[in-house]
Amino acid sequence: MPLLEIENLSVTFPSQTSDLYAVDGVSLTLERGDVLGIVGESGSGKSVAMLAVMGLVAFPGQVTADRLTFEGRDLLRLSDNERRALTGKDVAMIFQEPTTSLNPSFTIGYQLAETLILHEKMDRKAARRRTIELLDQVGIPAPEGRLDAYPHQLSGGMNQRVMIAMAIACNPKLLIADEPTTALDVTIQAQILDLLLSLQRDRGMALILITHNMGVVADTTARVAVMYAGQIMEERSTESLFGSPQHPYTAALLAARPEASDGGRLATIPGVVPGAYDRPRGCLFAPRCAYATPHAAECRPELRPWQNGLIRCHYPLGDTTRDERIAADRRAAPPAAAPEVA
Amino acid sequence: MSVLVSARGLTRVYDIGRGWFREPAHLQAVGGVSFELAAGHTLAVVGESGCGKSTLARMVTLIEPPSSGRLMIDGLNAVTPPASEKPRLRRTVQIVFQNPYGSLNPRKRVGTILEEPLIINTNLSKQERRRQVLEMMAKVGLRPEQHSRYPHMFSGGQRQRIAIARALMLSPKLLVADEPVSALDMSVQAQVLNLLVDLQAELGLAYLFISHDLGVVRHIAHDVMIMYLGVVMEHGAKERIFARPLHPYTQTLLAATPGMGKNRKRIIAKGELPSPLNPPAGCVFSTRCPYVTDQCRRERPVLRPLDERLVACHYAERFLEQPAA
Repeated sequence: MPLLEIENLSVTFPSQTSDLYAVDGVSLTLERGDVLGIVGESGSGKSVAMLAVMGLVAFPGQVTADRLTFEGRDLLRLSDNERRALTGKDVAMIFQEPTTSLNPSFTIGYQLAETLILHEKMDRKAARRRTIELLDQVGIPAPEGRLDAYPHQLSGGMNQRVMIAMAIACNPKLLIADEPTTALDVTIQAQILDLLLSLQRDRGMALILITHNMGVVADTTARVAVMYAGQIMEERSTESLFGSPQHPYTAALLAARPEASDGGRLATIPGVVPGAYDRPRGCLFAPRCAYATPHAAECRPELRPWQNGLIRCHYPLGDTTRDERIAADRRAAPPAAAPEVA
Repeated sequence: MSVLVSARGLTRVYDIGRGWFREPAHLQAVGGVSFELAAGHTLAVVGESGCGKSTLARMVTLIEPPSSGRLMIDGLNAVTPPASEKPRLRRTVQIVFQNPYGSLNPRKRVGTILEEPLIINTNLSKQERRRQVLEMMAKVGLRPEQHSRYPHMFSGGQRQRIAIARALMLSPKLLVADEPVSALDMSVQAQVLNLLVDLQAELGLAYLFISHDLGVVRHIAHDVMIMYLGVVMEHGAKERIFARPLHPYTQTLLAATPGMGKNRKRIIAKGELPSPLNPPAGCVFSTRCPYVTDQCRRERPVLRPLDERLVACHYAERFLEQPAA
């Protein structure tokens, strides 16, 4: 039984004029001890999808899914009490801004012990001992002295370590890290990523790393899902995704990185991510895609297996017949207006 | 090659009050930075938060005066400029800020935002101002009908284009860009970087490019200056520094940058930035350096030439033998 199974998960935010599809039919399976990266630009739905797993999508957001299970338990039918027992114990999440995620009115020792007292039924003394252990594990020097510190007395990197300590306090089976290093300096970022990976290895915990940084994914994860406008565009092993991307969006993103340039001009993706009002009928990337055809603009592709991964594209880059099919589809209907360059 | 900006020993010290009866503490945000920047060139200043790169940008932009040191911009003394030259000096230098959501007035139309520098600094007629605004909008890739729209109607990348257009309205010679693309999405970042490169080629601008992203810096810069705790660690041509970094801090930064750490020994710096109120007595990086010795803790290394760049490390020679990456 997989640890986490998501099938056709959608999160919509209804409004009077047109509903916003923040997450649109996302399916993912995660086994115990897996490390999965989810990459996407802002507004791609990567964070909202994971908030839905945590049951943290606030009103008026509506979460629907054909299947959303953790260890076989249906997450959509949990009572509030069952949800509280699960969150923070078996599934934990850390967020981007450590300093705003912690409560400024309580010491970090108190906030850490709270988890242990609640989930592990420890008494204060045992919780305090365990808290010191945890702070030590996440690399905070002289942990005894830090227990009575408030979040504002610590640096961003230290606060993120406290968040991680809190998340791993009850040995979760799944840790979701939402942009854990984006607010931190690069040298501290490397420390935090190393820490997360060593914890993941030592404890056999599954890790979902949400990020917009391709470099972070390449260095840390084994499998990547690329999201765009609420949908998964491509999912495969990190090595093959970076070696030979199959979706035009993935390829364009990789080519747009300054690291990928040889000093000349950077490859760019024209246009912007579609919003609530200009959501394309067909493939969501079609208005910005160099290979778009009238067929792709009308008919939304399904996520389907392709070369040891999954892809949502009519014309994957590694397909030998794609040039002919693109040409044929373009002949079949008059070409649409060229994508508007913003 | 004409030198546009030349800085010698630029220093900025802030006094931090500690109550009525105690002397204020001195915080040295930038300590003795020297560089030269020629027209048409880009100098990238790289470092983590708190390294003084933004303070340096503010001094070069004349937003705040240096505590000591010399700064010449376009042949003029920029520290104590003669009153008659101040307007010309200020028109020579412009700045683009990091966050285009915060740096544009939400109550003003794009046309008004772009026109403002002309109203304040020139005597041009209304028609002439409008013509120049539209010309500049075309130059940065905005359409004429966007002239009367408000900033909230634009995406982040387009807003940064507006900010760049505003900075260029008075035809400056130096553009200070303080993290201009770090608030933008990946696919948009490339568009703005290309625009900056095109504008530099077309207008012969000099860029002082402040960034913490080595990938972006490697793409856009000619020269690179690595700063740590207000002090320059390594300074030289981009090719030299990226091929063979001689300062342990530069090596750490390169190794820590995701996607650039491949084929490099992964050095992870211990601990965190020391407090700038109480910097280490010797080398400022000595508290985190993997190669630290007693000499490092005692004496601060001076910036010295080695292998066609400047480096501030007692033991830089030992990294010369490393194979170039």
